Amino acid sequence: MQVPAPVEYERATSVDHAIGLLERLGGSARIVAGGHSLLPMMKLRLASPEYLIDINDLHGELGYIRVEQTEVRIGAMTRHRELLESGELAEVFPVFRDAERVIADPVVRNRGTLGGSLCQADPSEDLSAVCTTLGASCVIRGGAGERVVTMEEFYRGPYETAVEDAEMLVEIRIPVRPGGSSAYEKVERRAGDWAIVSAGAAVWLDGGVIADARVGLAAVGPNTTGLPAVSDALRGREPSEELYEHAGTLAAEACSPVTDMRGSADYKRHLARELTRRALRRSVARINERD
Amino acid sequence: MTTTDERPAGFENNDHKPIGHGRMLRKEDPRFIRGKGNYVDDVQLPGMLHCAILRSPVAHARIVSIDTSAAEAHPKVKAVVTGAALTGLGLAWMPTLSGDVQSVLATDKVRFQGQEVAFVVAEDRYAARDALELIDVEYDLLDPVIDVRMALDPSAPVIRDDLDGKQNNHIFDWETGDEAATEAVFASADVVVSEDIVYPRVHPAPMETCGCVADYDRIDSRLTLWSTSQAPHAHRTLYAIVAGLPEHKIRVISPDIGGGFGGKVPIYPGYVCAIVGSIVTGKPVKWMEDRSENLTSTGFARDYIMRGEIAATRDGKILAVRTNVLADHGAFNGVAAPVKYPAGFFGVFTGSYDLQAAYCKMTAVYTNKAPGGVAYACSFRITEAVYLIERIVDCLAYELEMDPVELRMRNFIQPDQFPYRTKTGWVYDSGDYEPTMRKALELAGYDELRREQAERRARGELMGIGVSFFTEAVGAGPRKDMDILGLGMADGCELRVHPTGKAVVRLSVQSQGQGHETTFAQIVAEEIGIPPADIDVVHGDTDQTPFGLGTYGSRSTPVSGAAAALVARKVRDKARIIASGMLEVSVADLEWVKGAFHVKGDPGKSVTIQDIAMRAHGAGDLPEGIEGGLEAQICYNPENLTYPHGAYICVVDIDPGTAQVKVRRFVAVDDCGTRINPMIIEGQVHRGLTDGVGMALMEMIAFDEDGNCLGGSLMDYLIPTALEVPDWETGFTVTPSPHHPIGAKGVGESATVGSPPAIVNAVVDALKPFGVRHADMPLTPSRVWDAMRGVPRPPI
Repeated sequence: MQVPAPVEYERATSVDHAIGLLERLGGSARIVAGGHSLLPMMKLRLASPEYLIDINDLHGELGYIRVEQTEVRIGAMTRHRELLESGELAEVFPVFRDAERVIADPVVRNRGTLGGSLCQADPSEDLSAVCTTLGASCVIRGGAGERVVTMEEFYRGPYETAVEDAEMLVEIRIPVRPGGSSAYEKVERRAGDWAIVSAGAAVWLDGGVIADARVGLAAVGPNTTGLPAVSDALRGREPSEELYEHAGTLAAEACSPVTDMRGSADYKRHLARELTRRALRRSVARINERD
Repeated sequence: MTTTDERPAGFENNDHKPIGHGRMLRKEDPRFIRGKGNYVDDVQLPGMLHCAILRSPVAHARIVSIDTSAAEAHPKVKAVVTGAALTGLGLAWMPTLSGDVQSVLATDKVRFQGQEVAFVVAEDRYAARDALELIDVEYDLLDPVIDVRMALDPSAPVIRDDLDGKQNNHIFDWETGDEAATEAVFASADVVVSEDIVYPRVHPAPMETCGCVADYDRIDSRLTLWSTSQAPHAHRTLYAIVAGLPEHKIRVISPDIGGGFGGKVPIYPGYVCAIVGSIVTGKPVKWMEDRSENLTSTGFARDYIMRGEIAATRDGKILAVRTNVLADHGAFNGVAAPVKYPAGFFGVFTGSYDLQAAYCKMTAVYTNKAPGGVAYACSFRITEAVYLIERIVDCLAYELEMDPVELRMRNFIQPDQFPYRTKTGWVYDSGDYEPTMRKALELAGYDELRREQAERRARGELMGIGVSFFTEAVGAGPRKDMDILGLGMADGCELRVHPTGKAVVRLSVQSQGQGHETTFAQIVAEEIGIPPADIDVVHGDTDQTPFGLGTYGSRSTPVSGAAAALVARKVRDKARIIASGMLEVSVADLEWVKGAFHVKGDPGKSVTIQDIAMRAHGAGDLPEGIEGGLEAQICYNPENLTYPHGAYICVVDIDPGTAQVKVRRFVAVDDCGTRINPMIIEGQVHRGLTDGVGMALMEMIAFDEDGNCLGGSLMDYLIPTALEVPDWETGFTVTPSPHHPIGAKGVGESATVGSPPAIVNAVVDALKPFGVRHADMPLTPSRVWDAMRGVPRPPI
């Protein structure tokens, strides 16, 4: 059995309580939500926080999926399983269900949370790629109130986010626009493994022409990567295999994978191309099936 | 939740409650499925302390100094022990199972990342682990030898400078077969095919890691050791030799064991540390390694770089096989195999084919990696041997443009050739290969699969069909040939029938999940007619069981199973004499009908084995010269190994865009001779096939160039899940072993041996449109993609 270093533990009773604890304990404290990344790191002694602030009791406050006319708001404590099972969410953003089907395993999905996934800032993390794809913004709360940042601002490097010591991520907001759909593609060595590469795509059509499109990639750079060049190339064009191919090429060029045990950099670049194509193709097919 | 009323159809089919061989549910399962198993980590003793081991963070370095003062000052720490302290006790080094020595705690140098450097004994495992961080070790870094191909380069640093006069990293050269005869056949053959074939380093990764509880009683000078051991008796003898403790004062208990696969055959430094900890503190000491320690420091398997060559006629008659092997044994030669077999049973690389000649030359070297070369469900390196021959035969089929099944069938050893002596000197006891192959073809619908493949290929889809046919050599072994550190590989067995006709059978082998408590009760039941439910099986405790070498290399049924059958027959022979007295007829007039003796021609007159048991223990007269009681013991020395075989067919689909391999179907037809409990056999086959998917597609213990182990957690070292494996389709044929008392052969490792080549052959077959003849394991998407582009790379 791998055992963590000594740690003090407290359960937060409200978001304000949690923030108060963070303010008091400073950088030596870590929030634990699902714990499926933090606890293994502590057991391997790659992370040794002095204090753990458990926010699982805040599920009532921060565990929600609210689909509104122009925006979807998801609380940071919403668990993978809830994202997977929400029909309402799948209706607007099928990319979530696609991704949740291939994130870890049921045991992890029962506990792991959206906020925890994003704050871990693992470059291979799937929900980060989903949120990047959808152009989400992150609501961060601190003692002084709330601030909202884009996904691009949220990530500052591998395992680093814009959330400061005495702050916590409380909500994700995703704009809803008509005529769109989305999809997620992932290649992994084995069920439950991190992605070798994964790609999310979201497409909005207007009269058979792409009004907007976004692609987000995981595991091919220091953080999940949104690809503005792909969006620029797709806007105003009619969907076609050639266009997806072109987008895939742009995605492959834009990413910066490294060779590791999961695969060679060349292979990952190939996957960025292939999965971008597949995700775009599936997104457009979903729009056409619906309409 | 499934209730008993909702059991799936077919469940009853597994519970025939036979008095003897047949399907029955496992006697041990109620305690396992209810969480009532008793594993080493469940052992709690009054005053028990906990041991944690400090391990080397680097692959190769000289130890400059070790400062333990801060750790000793930890309030919960009871002892801190370094190699220097062990040197004083003469325990800093210990023998391996293959004539080398291994350091218990490093004294001079560390030789692999994860090597044991010091240990702490503390009041709880948290404190023990915390105290490790307080030990300050200064290392003087040395260049590591990681690339096995460079290990013998004159410029390579010498790893084992502890060995007198050692100037290089060479361990041994070994050869088998006839080099000149093989060369002659190759020189005149129509077709010669060569391929470089790597079997990468993998790890048994049992669910339960290694550990022990050592309890040394200072008053009695008696050591009791609960240990994750596949071979408790052999371990006890070795502890007696290593530690100088008298053997009768040592008791080794292997309680329930959570998987071994060969990884729990060796003695690891951790066991010795816990024993020393208990001697030093006078308290029981528990050591349980964590997952990373298990993966990085206990015995790995495989790690063979093989050059395979096959010679044949143009019409597909295989003439000879030749191979040259470079074996990476890590920092200490810890191979677990019979002493005279430094390469295990790799000599059976001639496979199931009738050859004119064969030759193998092997060189084993030291590298700065974890030691081992354990029998990981491989029957002593037969996994490597079968992979080599089954891969190279497929390469030949590729070159001859011949169906791989047809090529194999054309070269099978024929039934009338058994017992068959191979060109490397192994005597296969029995086999009838073609019916087994045909059964697999039929189950798979082989011809239809080939038609489907042709259609899919025409559409640009990648479908592969892979075949392997293996012959295993299990049940080590005849004591004249086989021993481990001088201990012969025979097995004892004792059977005692109680007055009421219930029985206890004591085995010298030990179960790590194989179902011995059921199988051995069935073996005895078949012979003396007492229901398995009435037969208790005792195993795993040296104070309770006769001497024997333990469970590995699929040897339990071939060796200990034979002992169980023979000891039961011995009891039955005595029962017959007692019965003749009870029925007042001569022994010759009695007929045994399972469970009772009848008077021939007068079936109304009979006595059951239970009646006889009561008479044997009762006050009445017994026939002259017969002692009371109904019990016997035996030590069985096998005449030969047993040679099970099997035909496996795998179907894969590969996504042409992502290079992901999906195993669609897998057909396994096994012939392990007489089948004692088919349900248990199928379970073991399922396990081995799953193992094969892991090795073929994802598992590998890799190292970076500095010698850092890249497979130190189950996040990095992937083992397959239910989602990577298909529904297994199993079948069987029965070719009994002629020398085994009940005709049984081993089966525990057959599927691990036979499945990797079937899967790799299927993947390579799928990639045929790309001109791929060979690609090495693990066939991860990235590596398959490399092969598709014509740049397959060896994994090391």
